Amino acid sequence: MAILSKEEAKRIIDKVLAFSKADEMSVILSGNRTGNIRYARNSVSTSGETEDLSLSVTSVFGKKSGTSTINEFDDSSLEKSVRRAEEIAGLAPDNPEYLPVLGPQQYLETNSFAESTANIKPDYRAKAAFDSIDPCAKKNLTAAGYMEDTAGFSAIGNSKGLFGYNQSTSVGFSVTVRTADGTGSGYAARDYNDVSKLSTLSATEVAMQKALASSSAKAIEPGKYTVILEPTAGVDLLQNMMRSMDARNGDEGRSFLGKKGGGTRLGEKLFDERVTIYSDPQNPEIPGSPFAGDGRPQEKVVWVENGVVKNMYYSRFWAEKKGVKAIPSPSAFIFQGGSQSLAEMIKSTERGILVTRLWYIRAVDPQTLLYTGLTRDGTFYIENGQIKYPVKNFRFNESPVIMLNNLEAMGKPVRAGGNLIPPLKIRDFTFTSLSDAV
Amino acid sequence: MEPGIDVAIKKKLADAALNAAKSKGASYADVRIGRYLNQFVITREDKVQNIVNTESYGVGIRVIADGCWGFSAVVDAKNESQLAKAAEDAVAIAKANAKLMKEPVQLAPQKGFGEVSWKAPIVKNAFEVPIKEKVDLLLSVNDAALKNGANYVNSVLFMVNEQKYFASTDGSYIDQDVHRIWPNFNVTAIDPASGKFETRNALSAPLGMGYDYLQVNPSDKLTGITTRYNKGYDMLEDATAAARQAKEKLTAKSVEAGKYDLILDPSHLWLTIHESVGHPLELDRVLGYEANFAGTSFATLDKWKSKNFQYGSKEVNLIADKLQVGSLGAVGWDDEGVNTKKWDLVKDGMLVNYQAIRDQAHIIGEKESHGCCYADSWASVQFQRMPNVSLAPGKTPLSVDEMIKDVKKGIYIIGDGSFSIDQQRYNFQFGGQLFYEIKDGKIAGMLKDVAYQSNTQEFWNSCVQICDERDYRLGGSFRDGKGQPMQVSAVSHGSSTTRFNGVNVINTARKI
Repeated sequence: MAILSKEEAKRIIDKVLAFSKADEMSVILSGNRTGNIRYARNSVSTSGETEDLSLSVTSVFGKKSGTSTINEFDDSSLEKSVRRAEEIAGLAPDNPEYLPVLGPQQYLETNSFAESTANIKPDYRAKAAFDSIDPCAKKNLTAAGYMEDTAGFSAIGNSKGLFGYNQSTSVGFSVTVRTADGTGSGYAARDYNDVSKLSTLSATEVAMQKALASSSAKAIEPGKYTVILEPTAGVDLLQNMMRSMDARNGDEGRSFLGKKGGGTRLGEKLFDERVTIYSDPQNPEIPGSPFAGDGRPQEKVVWVENGVVKNMYYSRFWAEKKGVKAIPSPSAFIFQGGSQSLAEMIKSTERGILVTRLWYIRAVDPQTLLYTGLTRDGTFYIENGQIKYPVKNFRFNESPVIMLNNLEAMGKPVRAGGNLIPPLKIRDFTFTSLSDAV
Repeated sequence: MEPGIDVAIKKKLADAALNAAKSKGASYADVRIGRYLNQFVITREDKVQNIVNTESYGVGIRVIADGCWGFSAVVDAKNESQLAKAAEDAVAIAKANAKLMKEPVQLAPQKGFGEVSWKAPIVKNAFEVPIKEKVDLLLSVNDAALKNGANYVNSVLFMVNEQKYFASTDGSYIDQDVHRIWPNFNVTAIDPASGKFETRNALSAPLGMGYDYLQVNPSDKLTGITTRYNKGYDMLEDATAAARQAKEKLTAKSVEAGKYDLILDPSHLWLTIHESVGHPLELDRVLGYEANFAGTSFATLDKWKSKNFQYGSKEVNLIADKLQVGSLGAVGWDDEGVNTKKWDLVKDGMLVNYQAIRDQAHIIGEKESHGCCYADSWASVQFQRMPNVSLAPGKTPLSVDEMIKDVKKGIYIIGDGSFSIDQQRYNFQFGGQLFYEIKDGKIAGMLKDVAYQSNTQEFWNSCVQICDERDYRLGGSFRDGKGQPMQVSAVSHGSSTTRFNGVNVINTARKI
């Protein structure tokens, strides 16, 4: 019931639109079936399956708008939701930035749905957990992990005849393996649209190796170090930077892309010339949604090319004001890397720190994109091309903008948190204190 | 706002699920029928960006079968057969997972309460206040900020109403009506010549109150270097101050890194309590159930068993409390039908207890649950969540001014800012909204680029003075995240202004 076909979704959207008495109306209908299994201390702790279906209605009179969401679908509930949105819109003052809804659009095919993931049953999840727990238990290690699979759809429509429909699936798996004495901890994470690419056993083996190798870490002085950030470590900082590429904030002078004296730094070289970042909803490794929430089509966009800021994302209002194309923000990005493997990157490092994962990352200064956070679950000292010993975790204070100017090398990108990210070798990465946490 | 489903119908639906679960072999079952309402009013400068009402209705069913938990949730469930089917699914999931279980679930005994109810003691239901009144308030707040030097201002009102019905095979049928509110804003001041900008967020607290929180009452104000608020919030006045202060920050002195005595206002200290006391004393973290996400805890069972673990100095008393009126965590019963209570976590500096729910109580030798189980939706599984955790006020009379008078080299921090802590809750770093340098007992001026780093045990042992109860106020988190899939929870933390000696302060200014 929660995954409606294109025709079923269109029927509901048309029905809702027919209830409208407003000047304009737009509708988002989405639903999913999501299942999960969670384990800790080598034993399953919770597991479940949930279905949800949700409708969001935005009604507009002139430049006044109101939104109402509901998850009940009998005719009277649908009508109630429309009346509620209209009531709110009627009470709202004019929003001078409101733009009329878009007419019909052309969307790309993105192939974000995999039958294999949609067909997952509780037995499959139990087996996936067993494949992760069993090897750990046999080696006297303790596993805590989580797998979540979702199959769903999203449909949009409006009173000008726009309609879009997309089905998608996703599966995410992560595992933390700890040694019995609590002195070592390792982590691995995987995410895909198609569950047939997932092996919880092979991911767990990586975490097991890191747990054993990180046991009894040595304390070394905090300071500036060359680091190799594995994709799982680099992704959050880079993602945070990409989320700060809104053009309006730049033009208003309240983002790292604001220019002294006004305007944005669009067209300026802000990063090492090897840095190229783009988004592509049709990328087969990370297929995304073909449309943004307001109905704009998602297309391939180059955001940074050879270190130069090439595009920023715009609301429709701001793009019209600036007379430029209204490019929506992407749902994921691709960091074009190099061809080296992680092992080759370690081999070419004279002295440095290998970082498995960064944790509790929070913005410290939005002006410089300074972030703080900590290393976690496998931090190692590298000397003369070899991992020498595990080191205690560090707190860092660093900006991805500074990081991408201190780029030494990049490896082959892999999928991490829905994006494609290479391992990155960065010089002068700033660690400000030590942590006792394992 | 239309009323939810009648309580008699909810009981009938719940019984259908409980009976189906039992007939399939469940040894325990509970049902949560939830209707969750939110309203957001979102503005910037002179514009209303959006007004959103959300409503979500459904049922979550949790069972124990073959000694293992199983859960199933169903959307828009209004007939008994839907609930019975979901209950059967939950039992099937429990049985599938029982094969991987090491030890069967042990539930602390809980008596049934029969048919009972609880309602948040609000004066004015925010959902019944006309939208125009809310819009007018936010637009006047924005106008005040712009007139006082802000270049930009965003303001929002968040309102939550959870209508929750709980029933279990223990014989409880509990109907509860929970309300929360959070007025918030962010102002930005820009210096175009240098390209620099500074911001200041609201000093409001999210609370378990109605719209009455926004009724200005002079007795709820604490005047000083800036006005701070207790159970009534003057949003207009705070926005006016915020705009001036954001502008002042542009030219404030950049802090010199080093050791300082910190004077922390409750609008700031709540977050440090939350991260360095609330989370590490969650028993599921201590035991390793959160190892893959939020992490574990330095406050291990052996430290607690030693009865000699000095979490903080003798001044430090930290209390868990699900009863505190007006707090975010207050309810009559938790989400597994346990009546709520108040208990000590740290007494005279010593670690004495944790936060535990029904399937954990036996691990720490408790006969009953602490009553701090929560799920953020009908679709989420309930699990152990932080109760309100607060620092008890000092017992001897002491005002903020008297506290500052004795500080030679210090920083007075107001409002919460950036926050980060490691996965075992040792090493943390906190920012803030307003920083004032204290020199020889006097406030010498505003500082910027301030963050402090410390270690939890070291920090709480550096606590030397706590202002008395006249200064006691609540802060809190509206959306605290935990678990996989992640769930949010709302929790308050009270304190009076507190002094910590010799804390490491770093300078966060960078050039890009």
